[in-house]
Formats: sequence, structure tokens, C-alpha cells
Amino acid sequence: MILIWLIAILMIGGILAWISQSWHKNAPRWIALIAAGVDFVLVAVIWLQNLSKVDLTGQSQWLFEVNYQWIPQWGISFFLAMDGLSLLMALLTTFLGLLSVVVSWTEIKERVGFFHFNLLWILAGIMGVFTALDLFLFYFFWEVMLVPMYFLIGIWGHENRIYAAYKFFIFTQASGLLMLLSILGLYVIHGQNTGNYTFNYFHLLGTDISLFTAAWLMLGFLIAFIVKLPAVPFHNWLPDAHTEAPTAGSVILAGLLLKTGAYGLLRFVIPLFPDISELFTPAAMMLGVLGILYGAKLAYAQIDLKRLVAYTSVSHMGFVILAVFSLNELALQGAVMQMICHGISTGALFILVGAMHERIHTRNIEDMGGMWETVPRMGGVGMLFAMASLGLPGLGNFVAEFLILVGAYQVSIFWTVLATVGLIAATVYSLRIVQRVFHGEKIKDWKIPDFNVREMVVMGSMIAVIVWLGLFPQSVLNTAKHTLNSLQQRKVIEQTAWQTDSQTLNQNTSENKTIIK
Amino acid sequence: MTATDFFSLMPLIIIATAAVIVMILIAVKRNHSVVAGVSLAAFALAFLSLFRITAVTPHTLPPLLIIDNYALFYMGLIFAASFAVTLLSYNYLKSYNFNLEEYYILLLLAALGASTLAISQHFVSIFLGLEILSVSLYALIAYVRTWERNLEAGLKYLILAAQSSAFLLFGMALVYASLGSMNINDMAQLLSGANLGPLALIGFALMIVGIGFKLAVVPFHLWTPDVYHGAPAPVTAFIATVSKGGVFALLLRFFVAIDIYNYESLVIAFSVIAIASMIFGNVLALLQNNVKRILAYSSIAHLGYLLVAFLSGNNLSVDAATLYLTAYAITIMGAFSIVSLLSGKEQESDKLEDYRGLFWRRPVLSAVFTAMMFSLAGIPLTAGFIGKYFILSAGVHSAKWLLVIVLVLTSVIGLFYYLRIVVAMYSAPTDDMPSQPGISRSVSFSGVLVLAGLTILLVWFGVFPQGFISLIQNMVSSLQDVYLSMIV
Repeated sequence: MILIWLIAILMIGGILAWISQSWHKNAPRWIALIAAGVDFVLVAVIWLQNLSKVDLTGQSQWLFEVNYQWIPQWGISFFLAMDGLSLLMALLTTFLGLLSVVVSWTEIKERVGFFHFNLLWILAGIMGVFTALDLFLFYFFWEVMLVPMYFLIGIWGHENRIYAAYKFFIFTQASGLLMLLSILGLYVIHGQNTGNYTFNYFHLLGTDISLFTAAWLMLGFLIAFIVKLPAVPFHNWLPDAHTEAPTAGSVILAGLLLKTGAYGLLRFVIPLFPDISELFTPAAMMLGVLGILYGAKLAYAQIDLKRLVAYTSVSHMGFVILAVFSLNELALQGAVMQMICHGISTGALFILVGAMHERIHTRNIEDMGGMWETVPRMGGVGMLFAMASLGLPGLGNFVAEFLILVGAYQVSIFWTVLATVGLIAATVYSLRIVQRVFHGEKIKDWKIPDFNVREMVVMGSMIAVIVWLGLFPQSVLNTAKHTLNSLQQRKVIEQTAWQTDSQTLNQNTSENKTIIK
Repeated sequence: MTATDFFSLMPLIIIATAAVIVMILIAVKRNHSVVAGVSLAAFALAFLSLFRITAVTPHTLPPLLIIDNYALFYMGLIFAASFAVTLLSYNYLKSYNFNLEEYYILLLLAALGASTLAISQHFVSIFLGLEILSVSLYALIAYVRTWERNLEAGLKYLILAAQSSAFLLFGMALVYASLGSMNINDMAQLLSGANLGPLALIGFALMIVGIGFKLAVVPFHLWTPDVYHGAPAPVTAFIATVSKGGVFALLLRFFVAIDIYNYESLVIAFSVIAIASMIFGNVLALLQNNVKRILAYSSIAHLGYLLVAFLSGNNLSVDAATLYLTAYAITIMGAFSIVSLLSGKEQESDKLEDYRGLFWRRPVLSAVFTAMMFSLAGIPLTAGFIGKYFILSAGVHSAKWLLVIVLVLTSVIGLFYYLRIVVAMYSAPTDDMPSQPGISRSVSFSGVLVLAGLTILLVWFGVFPQGFISLIQNMVSSLQDVYLSMIV
């Protein structure tokens, strides 16, 4: 039931925020803040309660689930469930959601009600994506998060917003439709094999598909997810969407929407098509490394600060692809860490750029320079998150990238070495941000206010999280452990042609670990 | 004729009687409101009578008519759509001061023709129904004689529809010459999987031309944009829902009965038509700057989608096609309602420019219009998504991958122009906006009624489609079973 509430609070809050616009101009802001805040507290409480419980053997992987009939004629149910991975993603969603409301407080001046409606509905859609275990429902939420995002970019974005909104919508919609075809294909094959037409994730897991068909079906899912992620040939929509979106939009895009792609790979592609995923590993690692290097190169070449940060996302998400398809414990843990740390660090950089744009009305890196003296707080925060982005030990991103590289090394030395070069490139573009914006020649006598209390609260909380992730990553790793273990077990099980269902999977944790090692 | 025969024909009798009553009323005294009220009552009564008739279905009136659940469902669709069109027309015509009352006679007769199509099982009644529908439409399209474009549309439709009727008639004659029967059931038994002779093949091909014209599928679509553009908005809504719905009901009944899936040449012909319609409809819509023309081309594409469901040829196809058609009817009716409600006298608000910044002046109307556009594009939470999903599902079940993939790719193209309308509505309003009188007019009660009803249906079917699916399964799935069992 709690899962339904998590989504319902956001949806109801969104509608209230829209309606309340006519009462008072600040009402939508407060309502959105309360809705996002309540959701955050709820998820945080769930997380704290389950911190200690996660590695008890024999405990079900699923913490909560709700399952109602929705369209019984087609075997569609309203099936939500939450495991460690979903829980972490939900935590990230509500945290960044809350911050998005706060950072939009002064940036959004027009149509405040409709803005917050869209913001909360995106969050609701994302929350649905992270918890849906009925494939039809998953697709449903997948689409629900797009429409409000389209409005967010198209109405409150910067100069070139219409173009960016179009591009975003069409890329994601087209790839989503291909995924729908794959879902349908899987549904029909499973139905024809067993006579049970259902979209239930657990039923579809063991579907017996010929290798050829499975390859095509996986491709449909894969395209949807790597467009979202994005992997390099499909990254085209990202810089435009991120650059043109309002700050809250960029934070949600980079922090959450990209993660839905990574989540989809972990939750659907690998478990549903284990054999094909394995065959696909070399190609996927190549895609990942290509993303890391090409993204970093493009980031270095940008003069638009926001675009620069956007391209760093392409580079960072390359690590996630690399990790997901390496498919061993270390790499998968690294992938989850990377999803969270990238959400925080890139989100913070976007907020910084947004704050800068609000003050000096430009994002051009060449019009900045020597700003440290005027805005030391901004400089300090910018420095810290640039360091996070380049993977400085002590901050979360270092843990993530280190784990990924160690994991990937066991699979392919060649690609791992190339990926490591990406870290150097990250140093180059991250330092360039700090150098060109805060140091260097003071081109103008800046007269702008530094971060105010509200902004410092946002940044302070983000700094706390990223430092804490860097120093104590174990609590996150514990939460996700169960899910990741079962992912690997699946791989082992498929190899030994050992038929079992997901329930018994969890009871054999220790046994399978030894097989892997 | 027995009492049951009369009873089962009740809806048609009600509509026909209402047409006569309206005629007499006009002779006594012209009163727009009374005439519109009588027409509304007739449609409502006919719709309600359908529920009583379910007790006696399936009932055959040999040799011409059959009243089964399938026919009842399509009649329900026709009457409900006509009811909405009547409400819109009342609102739309109020501002004109020529003779308005005859419009309703034509509307009643056109609905009568469309319902006849839904219950026909014989070439004679099919042709009769089609002509009643077409002849009424000639006059309806050109009803507002003061605009040039309106007359052009009427004339264009007259000439092309007459020609297509000739094709259909000739096709029927050839089929009759080859098979020796004009009754669908007899034909189904005579054919029952046997090879088509050249005469019958040409006959069917000519019939496809005739039906294809009414449905406006490529390459018989050329009239659509001009007629959609030129006709008064409520009449356009009528063509898009009632006229096409009736003809599609006929197409399904006829070709499922003769089990078209056994005849590769006919399946290929329909597949080519479907693919061409999806591609041309969506691509040509991109080039338009007029909302009515965009919707005209989009309707071509949507008929292509419907043909995909029809071509799937499994036990889902009739359900899927019917569900999609219903969802499409709700959506397109909603879209044209808004165009019609925003239109002022002498000039319709149909240019894309008229919608610029509409959201900031008329938020509710724009939100409804946005929902309609998203439904046409097949975005979740709307009826259009459920419909599109069902078609894809039917296609995947039969492994019609080519059709399904063309559908998916072209509907991405479709997104562009639906989004163009949405973008226009949400873009910031400029001060030098051309003042379009209709835009600021407040919406009348009847308009609110239609829009609210359609929007609720749209979202309800999008979120809780179970009941709707069950209804369709109960009503129309029988079609396939009945005819299949007959052949065996």
C-alpha cells in the first residue's frame, strides 16, 4: 500500500498545486514542497528500517509489493514492488525531487501552478518506473514521465526550448514504442508457450525463447534504455534537452531520467535475456567506453557551461553500461553507486550553473572568469563538485568508478584500460570548469550576490550526501546487495540450466556466491 | 413481417420517423431549437432502444438485414456520435440566419444510412444504405452556402462519391455474375476457401475501390483534406465518426464473412493500402498549417492503423478494430468539437495561428484539446493508447511484423504534427494576435456538455478499460465465430 501512496501523494500534490495557483502565488510552491518532502521522509524511513535487515539470508528480496488486477482480459495487473535497488532509486528520486522544488523557488516566475504540476507528475512517473513489475505498467509509467517533462522543457526552458523539447520527446517516444513491441513479443511468446497471457515480470522471467527471437526482443528493450541512458550513437537529444531545460528540469533529467535507462538494463534486459546479454557484452563494453571517451571529448570542447555539464553525463553514464554488462558483483555495485553519485554530483553542477545563469544571464564560459573573489561560496561548491566529477577519492564518484573499473578488469582488460583514460579526460574537463569560471583573468568587475541561505541549504545537503557516499558507501551497497546478487545468480543458473523461480533464488545466496568465486 | 421484426428494427424506425416529424414541424413553423430538440430526442431514444433489442439478437430479416450484437454496437456508436454532432451543430448554426432546420433532416437521414450499413448482409441493402448516407452528406457538406470553400467541398465530394459508388456497383455486379448471390452468407458458403475466379477478383477489387473511397485510404484519399477543410466543423466530425464508422462496420462484416484471409491477393491489396495510408497520411500531415487539414491527413493514417487490426486476421482483430474505432471516434469528435466551439460566424478557427497561446487564455479548452491530441498520438492515460496497444497486440499475435513496424515508425512521425498543435497552444501569446472572434466567445452549455462527456470517456477508457473491453468482447467477438462456424 505504501508504494501506491508514494505515487499518489505526488500525483495529488501536483493537481492541488495546479489548482492552488489561483489562491496565492506561493501556494503551489509550498504544496509541491510538502508533497515531495512527505515522500522523501517516507522513503527515508523505509530505508532506515531496512538497513539492518538486508543481508539476512532467506529473507525475500522484495520489501513491499502490491498487486491488483487492472485489465484482466489482457493479463495486465497493477503490480508494484520494491527491492533494495528500487528503494535506493526511490530515495534518490525523492531527494532530488525535493531539491528541484527548492531550486525553482525564484527561478520560475510564470505559470507556477502548472510548473509544479508537471514537476510532481514527472516524479510520480519516475517513481512508478522504479517500482513497476508488470511490463505493461512499466511502459505506462515510462510514458507518463515523458509528457510532463516535455512541457517542462517546452514552456519554461531557455531560447531554443521548442526544438529541444521536440527532440527529447521524439527520441524517447520512438525508442519507447520499440520497447513496447518487444514487450508485446515477449508477452505473446510466453502466452503461446504456456497458455498464460500475462505481463507479470516473474512469469515472464523464465520464458523459453529461441536465441534469434530473443536477440530481436532484447534489441527493442536495449534501444529504449540506451537512448535514455544515453549511449553514444543515441546521445544526440541529451545536450539539447539538458541545456534548454530549466534548472529543475536539468536536475531531474540528469539525476533521474538517465537512471531509468540504467535501471531498465539491470531490472529487465539482463534478467529477461541472460544469454543474449552475455553475447552482447563485448559490444556493450565498446559502447560504454565510446561513451566515456567521446562524451569527455565533447565536454571539453563546449563553451556553454550547461552543455559542458550535459556532456559529462554522457561520459559518466558510459561507466554504467560498462559495469552493467561486466555482470560481476563489484561492477554491479559500482553501477549502482555511479547512478546515485552521478545523480547528486551532476545535479549539483546543474544547480550551480542555473544559479550562475540567474545572476549573470549567460552560460557562456568565455564571459566568466575570476569570479572566486566575488562569490567564494559558489566557487567552493563548484570546486567540490568538479572534484567529485573527476573522481577524487573521498567523494562518492571515486568509489563508484573504482568498483566499476575493478569489476570490468576481470572481464576485459583492453576496454578497462581505455575506460581508465576517461578518468584523465574527466580531470581535464572538470578542472577547466573551475579554472575558466572561478579563476583566471577577471574580465569584469562582478557585482552579484553569492549563494543565499536557501541555496546553501540545497548545496550543503548535497555535499553532505556526496561526502558520506565517499566515506561510508557500505550502507548503499548493503541495500542493493540482495538485488544484485540475484542478478548474478540468474546468470549462473542460466548457465547450468537450473530451473527455479525467483523465490527460491534468494534462499541460495551463499551457495551461489561460491560458484561465482 | 412479424412483431419481432419490427421490434428489432426499432432504432431505424425511430430515426426515420423523426426525420418525417421534423419535416412536418418545419412545414408548420420554423423553430431551430424545437427541431434540434426533436433530433436529439430521436438519437437518444434510438440509442436507448438498442438495450431492449439485445433480448432478441441475433435476429435475421431475410434476405437483406441482420441484427446482431455486432450491429447493435456499431449502431450505438453511430447514434452516440450523431447525438454529439447534433449538439455541436445547434451551437454552431445558431449564429447563421438562413434556413437551418433542414440540416437536421439530413443529419437524421445520414445516420439512418450509416446504421443500415451496420445491419446489412446483402448487396442491395448495402448500396441503399451507402447512398442514403452519401446523398445526405452532399447537402450537409455544402450546407453553409455562403463560403466558397464550402461549395467547393460539397461539389468535390458529390463528384468523387458518385464515381466511387459507380465502382462499388460495378464491383458488386461482377461478384454477383461470378458467384450468383448477393447475400453475404450465401457468398461465404459459395466461396468457403475456393479460389476466386478472375471475374470475382476484379469485382472485389472494384468494391475495395468504392469502400476505400468512403474510408479515405490511400490512394483514394484525395478528397479528404478539402472536404474536411471546407465542410462546417460539426459535419466534418460527422464524416470522421459516423460515416467512416458505418462503412468500416460493413467492411469488417463483409470481408470477415467471406474470410478474406484465405485470399492472398486481397490481403496484399489491403496491406499495401494500409501501409500507404499510414505513410502518406502521416507525412502529408506534416506539411499542413491548418488544424482541420492536419486532422484530415491524420484520419487517413488512423484508417491505416485500423486496417492493420483488420489484417491481423486472428480472434483479436475484430475486437481490436472496434475498440480502436471507438477510441478514435471519441477523440476526433472531441477535437472537432473544440474547433467548432471556437469558430465564430463566417470564419472557422482552424488555422494553426488561431491556436497560438490558447492555453494561457482558455486553459480548460486547451487542456482538453491537448488530451485529444495525445490520444491521437497514442500516449498513455488516454483511450487512444489502449486502442493502439490493442492493435499492436493483434498484429504481434499474427506476427505481421512489417505492418506493426510501419505502424510504430509512422506514429512517431505522427507525433511531430500533434506536438505542433500542442506547442502552438502552449507558446507564449503575442500582443499582435489576429483577433479571432470565436476564440474569446464563451462556450455554451451544450458545448460544455459534449466536451465534458468526451473528456471523461477519453480518460476513463484510458485508465480503466476493463469494462469497455468486456463490452466489446461481448458485442462484437461473435462476428468472427458466427461466420467461421457457418463456413465449417
